[in-house]
Order: sequence, then C-alpha cells, then structure tokens
Amino acid sequence: MSSTTPLLDVSGLTKHFPIKGGFPIKRTVGAVQAVDGLDFQVAAGESLGLVGESGCGKSTTGRLITRLLEPTSGKITYQGQDITHAGRRDLAPIRSEIQMIFQDPYASLNPRQTVGKIISGPMEINDINPEGGREKRVRELLEIVGLNPEHYNRFPHEFSGGQRQRIGVARALALEPKLIVADEPVSALDVSIQAQVVNLLQKVQRELGIAFVFIAHDLAIVRHFSQRVAVMYLGKIVEIADREDLYGNPRHPYTRALLSAVPEATVEEEPRERIRLTGDVPSPINPPSGCRFRTRCWKATEKCASEAPPLVRVEGNRDGHLTACHYPETADTVPAPRLSKDPEAAA
Amino acid sequence: MSTPFLSVRDLKVHFSTEDGVVKAVDGLSFDLEKGKTLGIVGESGSGKSVTNMAILGLHDPRNTALDGEILLDGKELVTATEKELEQLRGNKMSMIFQDALASLSPYHTIGAQIGETYRKHTGCSKKEARERAVEMLRRVGIPQPDVRVDDYPHQFSGGMRQRAMIAMALVCDPELLIADEPTTALDVTVQAQIMDLLKDLQQEFGTAIIFITHDLGVIADIADDVLVMYGGRCVERGTKKEVLQTPQHPYTLGLLGSMPSLDGPVDVPLSPIPGSPPSLLNPPSGCRFHPRCAFVDQVAGGRCSSERPALEFVDGRAAACHLTPEQKRELFSDYAAARTH
Amino acid sequence: MFRFLVRRILGAAVILLIISALVFVLFYAAPRDPARIACGKVCTPETLELVKKNLGISDPLPMQYWEWLKGLFVGRDYTSYGHCDAPCLGYSFQSREPVLDTILDRFPTTISLSLGAAVVFLIFGVGTGMLAAVKQGKALDKIASSASLIASSMQIYVVGVFATYLLVDQLHLLDRASYTPFTDNPGKWFSGLLVPWLVLSLIFTANYTRMTRSQMVESLTQDYVRTARAKGLSRRTVFFRFAWRGAMGPIITIFGLDLGVLLGGAIITESTFSLQGLGMLSVKAVGTNDLPILLGVIMVAAAAIIVFNIIVDAVYALIDPRVRLA
Repeated sequence: MSSTTPLLDVSGLTKHFPIKGGFPIKRTVGAVQAVDGLDFQVAAGESLGLVGESGCGKSTTGRLITRLLEPTSGKITYQGQDITHAGRRDLAPIRSEIQMIFQDPYASLNPRQTVGKIISGPMEINDINPEGGREKRVRELLEIVGLNPEHYNRFPHEFSGGQRQRIGVARALALEPKLIVADEPVSALDVSIQAQVVNLLQKVQRELGIAFVFIAHDLAIVRHFSQRVAVMYLGKIVEIADREDLYGNPRHPYTRALLSAVPEATVEEEPRERIRLTGDVPSPINPPSGCRFRTRCWKATEKCASEAPPLVRVEGNRDGHLTACHYPETADTVPAPRLSKDPEAAA
Repeated sequence: MSTPFLSVRDLKVHFSTEDGVVKAVDGLSFDLEKGKTLGIVGESGSGKSVTNMAILGLHDPRNTALDGEILLDGKELVTATEKELEQLRGNKMSMIFQDALASLSPYHTIGAQIGETYRKHTGCSKKEARERAVEMLRRVGIPQPDVRVDDYPHQFSGGMRQRAMIAMALVCDPELLIADEPTTALDVTVQAQIMDLLKDLQQEFGTAIIFITHDLGVIADIADDVLVMYGGRCVERGTKKEVLQTPQHPYTLGLLGSMPSLDGPVDVPLSPIPGSPPSLLNPPSGCRFHPRCAFVDQVAGGRCSSERPALEFVDGRAAACHLTPEQKRELFSDYAAARTH
Repeated sequence: MFRFLVRRILGAAVILLIISALVFVLFYAAPRDPARIACGKVCTPETLELVKKNLGISDPLPMQYWEWLKGLFVGRDYTSYGHCDAPCLGYSFQSREPVLDTILDRFPTTISLSLGAAVVFLIFGVGTGMLAAVKQGKALDKIASSASLIASSMQIYVVGVFATYLLVDQLHLLDRASYTPFTDNPGKWFSGLLVPWLVLSLIFTANYTRMTRSQMVESLTQDYVRTARAKGLSRRTVFFRFAWRGAMGPIITIFGLDLGVLLGGAIITESTFSLQGLGMLSVKAVGTNDLPILLGVIMVAAAAIIVFNIIVDAVYALIDPRVRLA
C-alpha cells in the first residue's frame, strides 16, 4: 500500500439498527449489529471486493460509504475529509465523486424516464454543464458502456437486463466519479451477460482510473475484478488481503470454508478438499461472544468465546494481509475434518 | 433395450400470447434412468423450467399447447387426464423450487404442508401425517423436528426452508424429483449443504433427479449427465465430464468462457457471449444461437441461419451444430487456449 | 394478544380524548349560543344566566370540558336534573333527556343497518369475485366486472328512492324501510331493513367483487399455489385452501375502512329511508346546537369504528400468521 492518503479510509465503522419493542410503551430494546467496527482503505483506482454471505453486512457497508445510511459510530474519511456525519451541503461535492451501481437493473431505473433523462439526471441535479451540452455527454457515455447512442430517447423497458445494467453504469459515470460502490452489479444477470458487464466494469476501472468497492457473493467474480478482497462474516471483516494472498493462502477458517464451498465447473479426478459448515449464520441481534464465527468453526476453543480476535497480520502473512483469528490456518494444515451433517450437533 | 424410466420425445410447449405464439420448448428429447441425475443448464428463457412444468402438467391449459411424448415409467403424461396427473404429482414425481419462502404457503405450518401431501396420497390420519412430517424433517436435518414441525415458513432460515421443501417433495418417496434451481437463492455454504443432502437422499432412495440450473459449477458437483438448452432447444448433451471438458457446441463453450474461476488468470478479460438471449416470440431462423455465435463464418453457404442443425450423435456425443468434428477440434482448442493464457 | 389489546385500548382512549376536545372547541367556535335559543323569545339577562347554569355551560370552557370528562367516569350532578350516573354524557339541551338513553335508543338502528349491509355485501361481493376469478376471461367474469363498474358509480339517494318506488310501491315485493328491534320481532327487523341493506350493498358489493377478483387472480399466480398443485392437490383444494387466504388480507383491511364509511354515511342512508338512527340524531343536533347529543353521537361512533378496526386487525392476524399482534 502506498504511503499517501488513501482515497477512502474507513475506521471503526459501525451500524446498529435499533429494534423497537417493549410493553406497554415501545422503546429501543436491542440492535441489529449489521456492521460492527470495520477498518479498511481503498486507494485511488483500486478495486476492493467485499464478499460474504447474506446478512454479513456487506450491502450495509456500501450504503454507509455512500452515506445513504447514517453510521452509528466510526469514521469515514474521503480524500482526507471526514464525511462521517457531513450534512447535505458538505456532502454535495462528494456525492458526485462517489457513485453507486445497484443489483436490480429493473427496479433501479425509473420506467417513465428516457435513457437520456436517466443518465443526464445526475448532471442536472448537480448543475453540471459539460462542454458541448449534456446530450452530447450522454451519447458519449452510451458509447463507452457499449450501447447505441441512438437509443437516447428509448425507455428502460425496451432494453434487456444486461443493457439496463449498462445504463446504470453510464449513469454512475456521468459525473466522472472517483469511487463507485457496486452492490451485486451482476448477480441478477444471466451467466453470458454477467461476463459482458464484468468486462465493462473492468474496462471502466482501468481506463478511467475509477476506484471500486465491489460487493458480491460470487467469490470467483470478486477474484476476477478486485485487487484487494475483504471477507465479511456477521458484521465484521474476518480477513482482508491482496487477492493472490486471500485466494492462495487463506488464513481464516471461514475464508477457507467459503472457498471450498464454491462449486467449480471442472471435473476433478480427485475431489478437492471440501469443508462443510453446518447450521446457519447466527442472528446479528445477538451475535456470539468473542469470535463471531466460533459457533460454526471446527477449531473453536474457550479462548474464541471469551476473546474477540483482532484483525492483524498474523505470523506467516505477507504485508497487507490481515486475519482475525486466534488459530489461523496454514498451507500445510491438515484438511479440516468433514463435519457431521447433522446441524443439531452443531447447535 | 429396456425403456428408460423417463423418456421425453420431441416435446413442444407453445404459449399463445397477445403478441403471438411463444415457442418456449421446441422439439426436446432426453432420457433419464432411475438413481441418476440429469443436469439441465440454460439461461433465462431457454425453456428449462417450462420443460419441467410440462412434465408435471402444471402449465396453464388455457394458453398452452403441448405436443410430443413424455413417458414416465411407461405412462404417457402428455395425454393424461388431470385426475391421473394429480395422483402422480407429489407421489411418483415431485418438484422443488428456487424460492422456498415464496413457494411454501405462509398461512400453514411446515408440518401441515408436508403432512398434506402425505395424506392426499396415502389417505392416512392427521396424526400419522404429522408423525411422518416430523420424521421427514429429521431426515433432512432440521434440528428439533418435533417442535419445528409447528413453525410457519417465515420462522425458518433460508437453508432450513429449502430443507423443509425437500422434505415435502420426498414425503411420498417419489421416483422422479425435479429440482428447479433449488440452491440459486442460497449462500454458497448453505448451497453445499443442500447439494450434499440431495446426493445422500438420492443414494438412499434411488430417486431420478432432474436438476435445473444456470450454474455450470453446480452441474459439475451434482449431475451425471448434462443437457444444455438454448432458445427452447437442446444444443448439447453428454456426460458431465464430456460436456465440461470438451464442449461440442459454441454456446457451451461460450458459457464456460463467461465464468471466471477460482484459479484462472485474472488480468485477461472474460470471453462473454455477445448479445442477448433470443426472443422466443420471434426466434432466429436456422440455429437459434447463430446471431451470437463466433463461428458462423466457418460454415459454408450460410447454413447456420437457414437450416436447423440436428442433434446428431458423433462418438456418443450429441451436439446441434453445423461445424464438423474436425473444425470443432481445431477452433475450440484455439478458443480455450486464448482463455487460459 | 393481551398486549395487543391493552396497547390498542390505550391508543383508542387517547384518540377519543382528542376527538372530544376538538368537538368542544369547534362547537364553541360557532357563533350561536345554545342558551340564547333555549331561553326563548322573552329572555332577560337573568333568565339567560339561569338557563346557562342549568345547561351547565356557565363555566369557562376548560372547566366545562373537565366536568364532562368527569361525568364519563364518576357521574355528574345537575341542579335541574339531579344526579346522572356514570358513564354520563349529559342531558340534551333540547329534549332534556339523558343523552345516553337517547343514543342507546337510536344506536341499534344504525348498527343493524350498517352491519347488516356489511354482511350482505361481503357475502355477495366476495362470492361473485371468487366466481369471477375461477371463470377468468369467461362471460361470467366479464359480466361481473362491468356490472360492478356501473354499480359502483351510483349514489345511495338515487338508488334508494328508485328501489323504494319500484320494489315497494309498484311491485309490492318488499316492505317499506322501518326499524323494529330485533328482540321484539326478528322477522320484522329483517324485512324492514331488507331494502336499505340491498341498496347499500348494491353499491359496496361492486367494489368487493372487483377487489376479490383481482386479489384472487394475483393470489393464484403465487409460487405457493404452484407448489400446492405440484403436490398433487386439486384445483378446487388449492383455490379454497391456499389462494383464498392470500386474497383475504387486503379485503379485510379495506372492509375495516368501509365500516367507518358506512357509519359516517349513516346520515344519508337514514334520511333516504326515513330511519331514526344516529345519523338523523346528529343532523338534528347540529341544527339545534345540541352539544351533549352531538358529542355523545360522535364519541359512540368513533368508539365503534375503533372497536371494529381492532377486530379487523385481530382477524387479519388470524388469517396471516406473519402478522403478529403487538
């Protein structure tokens, strides 16, 4: 990592959603600990992948960074400026630099607006008048994302899912952002179309030097797209590293289990190591003490229950590879035992 | 040669809509033996789900025309009456769906829904049905089944709902199980659990499974044979190993090229298939894949756009493509090499 | 369930308190003085004072309101009428009768009218809606759909008068609208209310037909309905055991609102059919500045609407286990 200020610096980021309840008068009785103390940086032009299973807090993280949600605590610094609790006015110039791409290409475009209107919307709101006019810029953007500029006056329903996602990308690019938060941008698309959009995003990232926070559950796509990858579990980052290290030398048992569960389209002569986690992810309302993964971990001890492991560079990690585990895996660790399939035993 | 357990011959499913006739499935044939798993791969609109709804006879008869043959254990299903089909559904053949939360009734307990199937087909008492439901829940790995049997679906987690759904589908020991993207909505670790469960249950009961998915990785894990569908037709068929290692159709090749892997190169772009899946209201002429195919020019006389390629068996492999085996060997190896550099 | 009831009743009390205070303030914001009217043509200032005192309106407004509130719980003593037991709603300025007695006398008419009509239009509306959903796209569906459109655009005072003229005066098929207490003679109670019920439900049935049909059609496309069919259940079982439940939720919600509309519309219905219910009572009370009656009617009507809605919510939770009462 460079010594200069990162584009985005997140420290101790926490979001707890209050739960109302009680009797006879409702009050806050608890909290969903959606995100709990995240630390990470994103350098300019870099892509950070956030992976994890549903409920791990990766989407909430995306919404906190773009300030669609107000953090409970922690700090978000963008280009050295603290934007954690910045108001509308302070946020205005930054809003144009941080853009978002959403999962659902059907729901995230206004069906009553033409493509031209949708893409020029951000420019209008921010009162930006590019040289040659907004329409010319929109046509350029359509061309960049691989759509016909002649389709300026068409409506979203006239496009296929993949094309709609391209419109979403064009809209995000309209304000020449420095950071794009992409929340599951391809998971609603067909396999052959996914690859088209991933290629487009990769082209955009390289040619325009835009940094990405790429949120996805598909580990192979994240590996393909992101130089750095953070694995989240139940609101916490359990491991973060450059992709070669994370995929080549996973140190956290959860990372390892996750990787081994991904079905690959290859027929192996010898079946590869498979770690089967049992049971379900515990509730974020009342997460396990200590290490949150311990209830599903085959290595858990007393220590894991009493002491939350810090996210640090454990022995054997290369620079920039941080793991939150008391008993990190090593390359020559005996493959994890194939766990009993009866969740009762784990519960 | 003995007749296969399930045999589909030249199946056609056509929907009439306001805009015209949608040829959702257009001449599909395949066989399936007991205890085997056939993986059907395809993208949205490829006809993979429609095919299986037709096997169960769950298409809407008001706007659907069904043609061809579906023989289940020698019994013709296309011409079967509604009453006959009701006897078979949930009993001899059953189905599990992608979205277990939406697919289970929110108004009835898990136990009631499982027991209902059992009662319908065995005519047993409510008490017996409930006991059977508890037993099935235990079998699919639900903790405390005697308590959870009275829960409603919304009280279950995603993985447990899919287990409950499997319990419901298997309650009458069906001989054919159709699984329509049963793991697509699940997290990978839960997906792995569910696939293990299905494999175990298949070994135990000898069920024939049709596993529908868009994910070739899932196919590699669970299927014996693979059928690749595109635009309502089968473009390629073979064993899992054959199809994944030496694909014989440009579409299969394209699908494989679209998927990043966990150990492939990261700095080269993926090789997506250009364009979008075809509209079945007005499908492309000839080979339905030809507008997106990279090898159209390799076939002389523009046959790709004028002539429907037959699903021909060459060396035990079936692919509906006009390219000659020699051309494929040459072209496809280049294509694959470009990807792995 | 207990928590739900306690919370809702507490909420209801607050709402009723606010409503009563509002009525008090609004009533005195009006320029006319009820004492002046009650006092008669020859009215000296002394008599006026006496009348005011007798009516209990000589004190400042907050005091009056407090007295009225207290009356609800502990009763109230009047110089001219003597003691009025709790719950005391006061005495009418006009008839000098206890308000509670007057309301209790009229209330059954309005309730019989509204709830009776509700029962009729629920049965007819939901029934035809279901039928239309089964026969989607067929003649019956089309007839039901267009008939419901025409019916829902009609007004009660038009249909009411016409129906009375045709069915009662000309054809002598049905009895003229009248109210006989159910406890006196159930047969007469029924026949006397039949015409208003039919007229009211003609208008409401239309809405319920359309709503039921569209809810059922949507419900039938749900994944769990498909699953039920995949289990081998017959169309009929699926329709009545699965699809039906999904369709009822929204209909019950609308029904709760419509009960309020029915009670509020009682004024029009009752005057159309010359029935002496709460609607007519409140019209008269407004005309004569009879605050105690007006307040009483509004409170009773509001309480009734709140009670109906609590029942509706409870029924909703019964039908849909995902809705938890809290």
